[in-house]
Amino acid sequence: MNQPVLEAKDLRISFRTPAGLVRAVRDVSFSLYPGETLAIVGESGSGKSVTCKAAMGILPGNAVIEGGEILVDGKDLLHLPERDFCRLRGRKIAMVFQDPLSSLNPIMRVGKQLTEVMRLSGVPAAEAKKRAISLLSEVGISEPERRYRQYPFELSGGMRQRIVIAIALAADPEILICDEPTTALDVTIQAQILELLSRLKKERSLSMIFITHDLGVVANIADRIAVMYAGKLVEEGTAQEVFYTPAHPYTWALLSSMPDLDTRDRLDAIPGTPPNMVAPPQGDAFADRNPYALAIDFEAQPPAFPITETHWAATWLLDPRAPRQEMPRALQERIARMKARREAQAHGN
Amino acid sequence: MATEPLLRVEHLCQYFGPLHAVDDVSFSIAPGEVFGLVGESGCGKTTTGRSIIRLYDITDGSIWFKGQRIAAGTLGYRRRIAEARRRMRGASAEERAALSAQIAEERRQLRAAVHDHRSVRKDVITRIQMIYQDPIASLDPRMTVYDIIAEGLRIRGQHDKQAIDSRVYGILDRVGLTREHAHRYPHEFSGGQRQRIGVARAVVMDPEMIIADEPVSALDVSIQAQVINLLSDLRREMGLTVLFIAHDLSVVKYFSDRIGVMYFGRLVELAPADELFLHPLHPYTRALLSAIPLPDPLYERDRRRIVYEPRPEAEDAALREITGGHFVRCGAAEVPGYLREAEA
Repeated sequence: MNQPVLEAKDLRISFRTPAGLVRAVRDVSFSLYPGETLAIVGESGSGKSVTCKAAMGILPGNAVIEGGEILVDGKDLLHLPERDFCRLRGRKIAMVFQDPLSSLNPIMRVGKQLTEVMRLSGVPAAEAKKRAISLLSEVGISEPERRYRQYPFELSGGMRQRIVIAIALAADPEILICDEPTTALDVTIQAQILELLSRLKKERSLSMIFITHDLGVVANIADRIAVMYAGKLVEEGTAQEVFYTPAHPYTWALLSSMPDLDTRDRLDAIPGTPPNMVAPPQGDAFADRNPYALAIDFEAQPPAFPITETHWAATWLLDPRAPRQEMPRALQERIARMKARREAQAHGN
Repeated sequence: MATEPLLRVEHLCQYFGPLHAVDDVSFSIAPGEVFGLVGESGCGKTTTGRSIIRLYDITDGSIWFKGQRIAAGTLGYRRRIAEARRRMRGASAEERAALSAQIAEERRQLRAAVHDHRSVRKDVITRIQMIYQDPIASLDPRMTVYDIIAEGLRIRGQHDKQAIDSRVYGILDRVGLTREHAHRYPHEFSGGQRQRIGVARAVVMDPEMIIADEPVSALDVSIQAQVINLLSDLRREMGLTVLFIAHDLSVVKYFSDRIGVMYFGRLVELAPADELFLHPLHPYTRALLSAIPLPDPLYERDRRRIVYEPRPEAEDAALREITGGHFVRCGAAEVPGYLREAEA
């Protein structure tokens, strides 16, 4: 593969809290290649948002960067002075947040928020307005001239999220980080926003990091998937590898715990709750909730075992000395069922 | 349905000034059944649930629970009386007599509705309990878990400390919490545990029916399944009837026996869960179902989404039965078309 546009290496971030140092991100490494969508999947508290905020240079004040680097164009973003970061933010790398209502300024017209970035980079006002209106139509907003003069509260949730996307694109970034951009939206609006993001990605050859916990959304948008649990990446692979041949028990649990349209049996809920990250467990952080845990899982962190050239998982189950463990039956059945559904559909067309 | 429904909602209208949040919605739920209500945010599904437990005074229609009218609105009567009065002017003597008889009858029914609405006994209403979406906002931060759960029992008139103790501890255990949790405050719990407290508060009243308004959508994936399993266990053990309100269609499909689809305050389709997903008929339902993302990348790549283009409704639009138990909101003239589609 070609040179990555963004590369995180051994990223370690903690938060100072009254309860002690919370280890939010623990030795996370990944690469984002040009033109691809990398989905980072995990629950709240798994460290996925923190990782991306670090890449945007917008970590809260109590965050401590303990180590690692995030490389973009050979520059380490973690140690970039704020002055230089300002030149990168928006132009090289931009972010779309989860809640469009709280990421827009309620007392500023849409147009002003859109042109802010352009004006700052010295585009004349008339030119900025022209570009903003064409951006609005690019993200699928009807009557862009009217919307330009409106306030966020006058728009629907889906339209607001389109505006947020337009603002993110205003300075023509190469990398777009989307933090749960559809979680607050209805299914039909969610589908529209996903279609919009896919189209924009193609037209503008963006590279995208997509953070979410919704596996349906991931299946829709991701080229590659990284699964995150308790501050660590536990599995990474292409979308098809992670969905059809998942290897980490946490990925299994995640995939089989939610019902799909054909589920009838009792759900395989993951017992317990994620560990307290003030004192992360010594071994595999998922061991406590993992029905397939081996004795060694409680003692030592599993290394990343390669499965194919693009697929790896950090679980002792992949060690050659470990007993062979099939993925749960419910999951095997779903994969087979979805395959049958696909084939039936291909037949029908 | 052979059995008498536990809950019957008839022509429910809930208006907030000019906003018709719920408009002419009718359905019934049989004992032990799980009825799912889906739709976009703002479609009126939550308002429907809240109207049923009388968090609002309904504008029009009736709600019957166990054969008793627990809520009634008056707008329809008042409108018909006003209309009859208008027609009185310049009507012949015979017509006037008929009209005043009609007015008297409407007045009688109006009085009956007001009477029923006002005189509902609390112990009937508390047979319906609600579980809310937001496990943070729906628990009082200054009450201990014990007090939150015991509050309903106390209001009901239970003052025997020992009896309350045994109920509360029993319920805590039942929902997967422990005795030690009883004297802590909500902020000390995780989202999943808070939702368990919300469930405990509802089931401690020994209800016959639960209205669950998006009970899992604020929770993490791994915790959602725990709460869904808990709800289905309780439902089985206690023989609960459930009105399940949610926007996640996979969860609704998994949990419900029958599903109603709402759009802009109206019920547009109602069918058994499997039938609805197999043969969605109303164009809105089709669009909604085609938008569900499924956990399969190859399937997603080829997914065709149907876009809903709202058409003006027929003059005589109403919920009409197309095939057994499958209803669609449409005009009489549209029924044959739907019937062909249903059989195709």
